[in-house]
Amino acid sequence: MSAANSAHSVVEPSLNSKRIAGTIVVLYALITLIPLVWIFLTSIKSPPDSISYPPKIVFTPSLEGYCNLFTTRTRQTSDYIAALPAPVGTCDEVTRKRNMVIAGPSNFLPRFVNSLVIAFGSTFLAVFLGTLAAYGFSRFRVPLADDLLFFILSTRMMPPIAVAIPIYLMYRELGLSDTALGMILLYTAVNVSLAVWLLKGFIDEIPREYEEAAMIDGYSRLQAFRKVVLPQATTGIAATSIFCLIFAWNEYAFAALLTSGEAQTAPPFIPTIIGEGGQDWPAVAAGTTIFLIPILVFTILLRKQLLRGITFGAVRK
Amino acid sequence: MTISHSSIVEKAADATARATPASLARRVRGLSDRAIAWLFITPAITLLLAINIFPLIWAVYLSFTNYRANRPNAPVQGVGLGNYERVLNDPDIWQAMQTTAHFVFWTILLQTVIGFALAYLIDRKFRGHAFWTTIILIPMMLSPAVVGNFWRFLYEPQIGLFAYAVSLVSGIPTSEVQMLGNVSLAPWAIIIVDTWMWTPYVMLICLAGLRSIPDYIYEAAEVDRASPWRQFWSITVPMALPFIMLAVLFRGIENFKMFDMVTLLTGGGPGSVTEVASITLKRAAFESWATGRASAFAIVLFVAVFGLANIYVKALNKVKQR
Repeated sequence: MSAANSAHSVVEPSLNSKRIAGTIVVLYALITLIPLVWIFLTSIKSPPDSISYPPKIVFTPSLEGYCNLFTTRTRQTSDYIAALPAPVGTCDEVTRKRNMVIAGPSNFLPRFVNSLVIAFGSTFLAVFLGTLAAYGFSRFRVPLADDLLFFILSTRMMPPIAVAIPIYLMYRELGLSDTALGMILLYTAVNVSLAVWLLKGFIDEIPREYEEAAMIDGYSRLQAFRKVVLPQATTGIAATSIFCLIFAWNEYAFAALLTSGEAQTAPPFIPTIIGEGGQDWPAVAAGTTIFLIPILVFTILLRKQLLRGITFGAVRK
Repeated sequence: MTISHSSIVEKAADATARATPASLARRVRGLSDRAIAWLFITPAITLLLAINIFPLIWAVYLSFTNYRANRPNAPVQGVGLGNYERVLNDPDIWQAMQTTAHFVFWTILLQTVIGFALAYLIDRKFRGHAFWTTIILIPMMLSPAVVGNFWRFLYEPQIGLFAYAVSLVSGIPTSEVQMLGNVSLAPWAIIIVDTWMWTPYVMLICLAGLRSIPDYIYEAAEVDRASPWRQFWSITVPMALPFIMLAVLFRGIENFKMFDMVTLLTGGGPGSVTEVASITLKRAAFESWATGRASAFAIVLFVAVFGLANIYVKALNKVKQR
């Protein structure tokens, strides 16, 4: 790496060109971060601060956005509020300052829990089925395997809305519309194609000799699969799981069309958070912040496998 | 294995080592390979058949009928190719296709140029390049719907950060910066968000392409006194081209399906200037309830993407083989 003390390589960029390149990249990175920083800042602004002009960079942080996200409120007269017992907690206080009282919990938490249940449920299923199928495709000659795999992949070329039409009718017949189970099955089906492709790539990289050696030692194929292949494929399985999780977590079109209440996930719910006179931006920003944090963590964990995942295993480092 | 010994045990072990796993599996306890292959592949395929393939076949069937999902009990009649005829003669649908093509063209152009430029700069390996690469990747991992929804706030003419920044730079009053309400600016509002979100995707694939170019090629070019400019156009670009093309393919397919972000940013408006194919399809299926016609449109879309993607992949393979 250091060009200064090693023999000068003709390919190693000069220090000066590195500096210029670094400056431009850092600048770009900072600009792309602005919307995300703004989401976080808006989430800790009071509603008047959030819509002030010019936009405020310095302000007194407030938890009102988060309070509004988790509660529903009703407007009351100041006499009524004055007659109430002392407020319990920050949210109670903040709400009363706006001449309102907390009426009950909002739908955000149940919707967020739906997102968790559906994302984790479908990920587990897709990775479980995908691992088995990937092993099958990787180690055995399956008739028409390539066509089958390509067709599996091509279903992802359909716009989700197009797939949603018959799914909508099918779920209506089966009583699966607006159920968590229905969404889990659907996301599993969408994710299985990605899981099979990615995991087949990972399993292809594990030398067959390992299993064969284990089988010579008297393991059955199933035991060899469990005790030799699975431990070797852990990284691949983890990476695939995170990709499936992110898809299910972020998905909007199916969720918006096939769920309306019971099983609604966070993405269709967050845009519907309304305050007085339009969108309650601090609350929306608060919901968005909470929703994005898990993904940020996953992105950092996935750094090394990202390329493979986004190209269906077509590009490997 | 040494061959010096020739005890029976050794021979047996030799034979075992040479034996194919299949015959071996039959000898060791447990299921045969064939049974395992079936057992392992069937569940995934069954699920795909039930939730991916079956609905597709059903959509094909529906596309030949006059079925309406909001009248499940009305008698269903076959209408032959009538739905397809209507779809292909519908000016609104051609308009939506044109709008979609417009988006696909501009988003891919911008993302490829910016993405490749960034990858080229990151490939200079300045200090901290790994960290900044990770930072740049964040937007593409987020939910297009949830983030797209927040961009509406950034675009607000009076209070939004975007309008403020634009007026700061250009001096246009903020009330004039109507990104989402203006017929000529609304498409660009979407192109900006899409580019912000997906440039890192193209960048990442281009970076892999640049890193796949071996150093000795550049060294040879140096020896031949090729100018940096010449090296860039004769080595860097051609060798990274398959990767760039792959990125374009994936982005093209994705943006052909564009729905979440457009729905939340403009809902297809103002008027119908940002109404992309998916939004037209959603309206036909879930607002007009013309299930048969919407299914026909869905099939047309699928065939179009599938056909274009196939032609493209053939071209990509040609480039790879050069």
